[in-house]
Amino acid sequence: MEKIPILKMGRFLLVTVQVDMHDQLAMQLQDDLTAKIVASKARGVLIDISSLEVVDSFIGRMISNIAAMAKVLDAETVVVGIQPAVAITLVELGLSLEGVRTALNVDRGMALLQQRLAEEQR
Amino acid sequence: MPAPGQTLRKILAQSQKELLNEWVQAQLAAVTLRGDLMKENELREQSREFLVLIQGATDAGSLTQIEGPHWTQARDFLARISRSRAQQGFSPTETATFVFSLKQPLFTRLHAELGQDARGLADEVWLTTELVDRLGLFTAETFVRSREEVIQRQQREMMELSTPVVQLWDNILALPLIGTLDSERTQVVMESLLQKIVETGALISIIDITGVPTVDTLVAQHLLKTVAAARLMGADCIISGIRPQIAQTIVHLGVNLSEVTTKASLADAFSVALKRTQAKLPQQLST
Repeated sequence: MEKIPILKMGRFLLVTVQVDMHDQLAMQLQDDLTAKIVASKARGVLIDISSLEVVDSFIGRMISNIAAMAKVLDAETVVVGIQPAVAITLVELGLSLEGVRTALNVDRGMALLQQRLAEEQR
Repeated sequence: MPAPGQTLRKILAQSQKELLNEWVQAQLAAVTLRGDLMKENELREQSREFLVLIQGATDAGSLTQIEGPHWTQARDFLARISRSRAQQGFSPTETATFVFSLKQPLFTRLHAELGQDARGLADEVWLTTELVDRLGLFTAETFVRSREEVIQRQQREMMELSTPVVQLWDNILALPLIGTLDSERTQVVMESLLQKIVETGALISIIDITGVPTVDTLVAQHLLKTVAAARLMGADCIISGIRPQIAQTIVHLGVNLSEVTTKASLADAFSVALKRTQAKLPQQLST
């Protein structure tokens, strides 16, 4: 069965969605990610959805759920690489991912997470 | 007794010159004549050409089936005339009258030819009316269609003109909105803004609504949607150019803009944007 890989990068987890997200896959990701956050004591999660071209309301809700769960486990979530068409779709669906931080690309998202961590340690 | 249509064909073939004279006279005398837009010579030339084309078509094929292949040339000619008249500023009535005014001279001729034969005359008159009516309707239709083309083109051009996204500074975009925001325009605005964010990697976009005449709940909702979409792409939005009147309207309508940074002028918004991008971005990341 296909699975979305979760990579550990220092104190952060990197999730790159490179296949079409179907519902089962999203549920699986939710399980894996929460387990991994706990296991690795990660402080931040970066979800890259730049190769995602289609989203529906379920996937949109899944993303904000995952962000909320990570928050409970004390890890900041940044979603990066949202395509223009995807952004418009999400807004039209009324899912503007209120609690989730967003950035244009992985670089920016990483900078955001590191900045957050630096602020905490100060 | 001659077959129906024969007399009409004969008139068109044999007395074209007289017919043309009478027709032009009728057009010149009509109240719908636009001497300011068209010279007599031009009118005469057009009328002559049209008569020749009608005669050719009636000779070769059916009298009233103007959709047929024999009428192609005549149809093209009419289409050209009505298009050029639509652009010159003729009214639909004035354009259609060009064709309809042909009736009277034709009827006069028919009457002279058939005289006492009431039945034959009625048949011919009916045929003539049907033919001229169809040609006239065709003219009017083309006229309206060419007007619609003009309107559509203008709409398209306005749509393109009215949504420029400009880069003000590193990481700062500005979107000066001019004119009313409807859903279709919001879509275009949103797409071009998001596209530009991807291209430039901007962190802040300033939406300037100085040129938006009124803000109602719908417009406000469209604005908020655009802001939300830009945020998903990692860019913060500042709304600027809010006039006092609009600020009052927004509050009276109960629109909640508290999630968005708002500034009275573009200059204020720009200075905030500069401050934020420098605070947020260390030097090595700004490239």
